[in-house]
Amino acid sequence: MATRRPGPAPRLIFGDLWEFDPAPETADPKLQARYDLFIGGRFVRPRSGQTFASVNPATEAKLAEIALAGPAEVDAAYQAAGKAFRPWAGLPGRERGKYLFRIARLLQDRAREFAVAETLDGGKPIKESRDFDVPMAAAHFFYHAGWADKLEYVAPGRAVAPLGVVGQVIPWNFPLLMLAWKLAPALAMGNCVVLKPAETTSITALKLAGLLQDAGLPPGVVNFVTGAGETGALVMGHPAAAKVAFTGSTEVGKAIMRQLAGTDRRMTMELGGKAANIIFDDAPLDQAVEGVVNAIFFNQGHVCCAGSRLLVQEGVAERVVAKLQARMRMLRVGDPLDKNTDLGAINSKGQLATIRRLVAAGVREGATLYQPPGPLPARGYFYPPTLLTGVTQSHRVAREEIFGPVLSVLTFRTVDEAIEKANNTAYGLSAGVWTDKGSRILRLATELKAGVVWANTFNRFDPSSPFGGYKESGFGREGGRQGLLDYAHLV
Amino acid sequence: MPSRPPTAAHSRLREEVGSVDQVGIEERVAKFTTRSIKKTAKLWGLRMAVAMTDLTTLEGKDTPGKVDSLCQKALRPHEDPATPSVAAVCVYPSMVRRAKSRVGGSKVKVASVATAFPSGQTHLRTRLAEVRGAVADGADEIDMVINRGAFLSGEFARVQDEIAAVVEACGTAALKVILEVSELETYDNIRAASFLAMEVIRPGDFIKTSTGKTTLNATLGNNQVMIEAIRDFYLDTGVAIGMKPAGGIKTAKQSLQFLIAVKETLGDAWLTPKRYRFGASSLLNDLLRQLEKERTGAYQAPYAFSDAAESY
Repeated sequence: MATRRPGPAPRLIFGDLWEFDPAPETADPKLQARYDLFIGGRFVRPRSGQTFASVNPATEAKLAEIALAGPAEVDAAYQAAGKAFRPWAGLPGRERGKYLFRIARLLQDRAREFAVAETLDGGKPIKESRDFDVPMAAAHFFYHAGWADKLEYVAPGRAVAPLGVVGQVIPWNFPLLMLAWKLAPALAMGNCVVLKPAETTSITALKLAGLLQDAGLPPGVVNFVTGAGETGALVMGHPAAAKVAFTGSTEVGKAIMRQLAGTDRRMTMELGGKAANIIFDDAPLDQAVEGVVNAIFFNQGHVCCAGSRLLVQEGVAERVVAKLQARMRMLRVGDPLDKNTDLGAINSKGQLATIRRLVAAGVREGATLYQPPGPLPARGYFYPPTLLTGVTQSHRVAREEIFGPVLSVLTFRTVDEAIEKANNTAYGLSAGVWTDKGSRILRLATELKAGVVWANTFNRFDPSSPFGGYKESGFGREGGRQGLLDYAHLV
Repeated sequence: MPSRPPTAAHSRLREEVGSVDQVGIEERVAKFTTRSIKKTAKLWGLRMAVAMTDLTTLEGKDTPGKVDSLCQKALRPHEDPATPSVAAVCVYPSMVRRAKSRVGGSKVKVASVATAFPSGQTHLRTRLAEVRGAVADGADEIDMVINRGAFLSGEFARVQDEIAAVVEACGTAALKVILEVSELETYDNIRAASFLAMEVIRPGDFIKTSTGKTTLNATLGNNQVMIEAIRDFYLDTGVAIGMKPAGGIKTAKQSLQFLIAVKETLGDAWLTPKRYRFGASSLLNDLLRQLEKERTGAYQAPYAFSDAAESY
């Protein structure tokens, strides 16, 4: 190959020659000023009259007042669900399927409205809520609608029966999608549900409650109670729950398991992650870099399966880091409603503080920080895409889940070392492998202790593919036949 | 020394220049199509696309009159003075003298396809004579085709020697090397052929996707493979090579997507007709139509623009 001519090192100019104009999504999210609890098919005010504010993290402006559910309301929700259970479970599967199909289609009809609401409430870029969250949520309802009249085939040779009333608590990173992951299999199997959305992102759940009314879903089959951790503990700890399903942090998951230890409550836990993304020196580097960017900066890194640890084979480490830095300069951080925004707002003030604290710890422990140049919006909770190089296994940023747009880069020399480093974590939710060598992919898929191993891609989801963790990333699966079985008795 | 099998030659070259993952690169380029370009950014992009156009006619039935009309359109695509002239007119060698007489002295260059376009299937001496003839007639730019047979059989030195001979025959004329991507079959081959060409051409010369005479021409995918090769070559050697996607780019929207790929891969220094061109014929009228839409707020009928094939 030709050699470099003398003179300064060539660099690319990513300037403002062709700046894009703002391209805001303008659909009306149809928000209410106040949202009440959804119990027994009706919107009800809590007895205490207490509410809390839901804030747009991109502007710090209040979006709506949300009702706060106390013990009486959680109890009322469980009673309504208990009352609805026998008739709902007794319906022929194809009838339950009709409701689920109807919910899926209504969600598709109102996709833009829900996408804008999701972006306003959670801070994620509109292109993600439009192209991923809402379509995937609808896809989960469609998929499970298809199962509802075929339950005799879920466990060949065995019959299945619903569990009863299930309590569910979901996180703030994919409010509508996590809700669909939880509701759709539970309802297809014939269970009734009491669900609590995360306190910073309740709006799309309560909008969906209106959609469930439109779909004619029998009262009490689905109940939404809103609030913070105390409400969540009431939902998880209620004696009428046959099963609890939780998605959230490992810390809270452990607390729930302690609370329920000694009871006969069934549980599924989808908890934190610290996924390794492993690039071998034979990988197509540009596509690997693109995949790494998708793995960690998707949804501002608020993804439990985010590829937050990059393991690069040492021979290509320098080139991979250079390509990553160049690619990161192309990420547009800003107004989540702008169709060209790649990174939106961090979900809450508290989460922003956590990210700042952990990155500062990484720098203190000797990691080198890279953040692409460019201003952040003056208001709102924003954090730039961040690369930490020179990280080792014992750095905090390599061990703790940051849940933000922060990638830690480590290097390795041999395949065995890559496996050892990838598995040296308390978590085991996902992993990624980038190589042109098929046999190596198969070996790593076996040896990496992670619920999902992606090869030459990352963050790919499908309703038919089970998702869940190893070790402290939880247990139980969501999606596919395995996910359905977690909502059933085998009889 | 016994000759090595051609497959070994390809894998060695791939090892040297790197490989391409088809699924990955197509996911990458799909993101360019979700960019939303509005208002002043749209105007800037449309005008830049006009200025980057190599307005082309390459048909057996071309007439001097058609070339005259093309040249006039190239000089002044639209009556709106804000609309720039195009970069070049691109014709067969027999029309070079005619085209030069119409656009000579202006900013519009005359480009000529040569080297037994589009197949290249004749003797090297004939191909070189064709290049010299076109340059002598006044061509400012030569669009050559590579020897795909030699590339696919692993005779890389022959591919490069032939390109080098054409560079010499060009004299001061700029060279665009057509890889004919649809005959190279894979993205790996497109990347490898890009490097072979870039190693023997001069700064300011171009690599080009296709002749427009086969079934698959310029796509965002093969454009991306080639501009990533240009970027990597530039960062390794400091030599800036230009890029010309050709064939199949018919709408203004498509051309903006290609420009977004350039902005996000090669950066601002390539957003100029000196380093990026569109080889197209019907694209120009769609660009003008969109510019008129931005200016007047309404779409004009096809017959409002000269040389529109779809007029009624």
